Amino acid sequence: MSERRVVITGMGTLNPSGNSVDEYWDSLYAGKSNIKIIEAFDVSDYTTKFAGLVENYNFEDILDKKECRRLSKFILYGYAATVEAIKQAGLSIEEFAEDIGVEIGSGIGGIDVLEKMTIALHERGPSKVSPFTVPMMIIDMISGFISIKTGAKGPNASSVSACASGCHAMGNAYQLIKSGKAKAMITGGSESAISPIGLASFCAAKSLSQDNENFKTASKPFDLNRTGFVMGEGAGILIFEDLEFALKRGATILAEVVGFGSSGDAYHITAPAPQGEGGARAMKLALEDANLKPENIDYINAHGTSTRMNDKNETDAIKSIFKDYAYDVAISSTKSITGHLLGAAAAIEVIASIMMMKKNTVIPTINYTEADPECDLNYTPNKPISKKINHIMSNSFGFGGHNAVIIIKNHS
Amino acid sequence: MSLTQEEVFEKVKKVIVEGLGVSEDLVKMESSYTDDLGADSLDTVELVMALEEEFGTEIADEDAEKLTTVTKTVEFILSKN
Repeated sequence: MSERRVVITGMGTLNPSGNSVDEYWDSLYAGKSNIKIIEAFDVSDYTTKFAGLVENYNFEDILDKKECRRLSKFILYGYAATVEAIKQAGLSIEEFAEDIGVEIGSGIGGIDVLEKMTIALHERGPSKVSPFTVPMMIIDMISGFISIKTGAKGPNASSVSACASGCHAMGNAYQLIKSGKAKAMITGGSESAISPIGLASFCAAKSLSQDNENFKTASKPFDLNRTGFVMGEGAGILIFEDLEFALKRGATILAEVVGFGSSGDAYHITAPAPQGEGGARAMKLALEDANLKPENIDYINAHGTSTRMNDKNETDAIKSIFKDYAYDVAISSTKSITGHLLGAAAAIEVIASIMMMKKNTVIPTINYTEADPECDLNYTPNKPISKKINHIMSNSFGFGGHNAVIIIKNHS
Repeated sequence: MSLTQEEVFEKVKKVIVEGLGVSEDLVKMESSYTDDLGADSLDTVELVMALEEEFGTEIADEDAEKLTTVTKTVEFILSKN
């Protein structure tokens, strides 16, 4: 079978900057987020006390009470975003059930469920452990649950590669459609790791900004004074489709997926390889897959986590692939606004990038005040700029040395 | 202080409504968890855990397996009272 073209026809999100794609765009444009001091549990002993939070969404609007009580948060977030994405795509799943699959990623899944049940086990014994512990904790249940709710009977699995999970999920979905194995895929990422154990673990790894005084501006990718990432939570879901299938059913096409590349660092469990060597190879592979030159990329949505190591190494990686053009291409890290959604990051960042293409606007890296000599590219500081964007590249790198890069083309 | 059958039924009903997400009027003495109230095997395990909490008692696995209807559950709780 000849290679199929893959397009995007629906998007949905729930994240610290909005409970729908429209709200998210407005917040991105205004540089608005919901980064605040965590109140869900006592954070007084934690070195980092803040995160980007999802709030004010009533899950009982889309699920019954029993489902809401049992499901772990990352599944609730993912399902809410799925409802929005399917609605926009106008996709009737029942009609094409066996040709529609689900591939959604998450970095840590139901860590909050495992934590609560471990406490119940130790304090009150094995009979107090819920039978839903494993089903609600395992990452693949997000894809399983969404197939149960929507009826999608095509390929079904989840991708796990820490902060690159969402990008790997989209890459896998793209390849399934491209090779003719599915007509449409519900894909993206979801994460809800802001629980005591999740926060304590990232605090211990010294990955997070500890700027509790200035928490609202603590996510400052590429800035000289960056001190670590800011945790975020939420989900981004996209509907990928075979172009012909989408045209035949009269769907509105938002963008086209034209390239994907992935690689492994073979270097260290948390630190990126020197000069971002692995990330650079993933960028090169994605460009080759898309049959594009670096000069064809108008905007790079950087992984840009606001950690010392990531931002410097990502900068080096971009330079090694983009050469002189590295200094001209518009780059930004929308994590400066949303915080870092780990396994959901790539999905909400691709959604942001597609909106940028539709609105001819580059969303900036906010909280940028002082240039770092080691990070000397055009990170689009602080203010949105107008720009016609034909191709975007979105980078994602995860603990374990997983690198994933996706390239999306404007379709207007 | 022992509870009457009516009191036990009301408490069991509350646990079922909460646990299985069914409406109150569906829960009758003769209701079967799987046939009438749509419970699967995981639901029934969770239901037994919730009953243990509600009545402050332990229900052994071999007893739990026999609690297939509301009547059997109410009678079991009364026998433990």
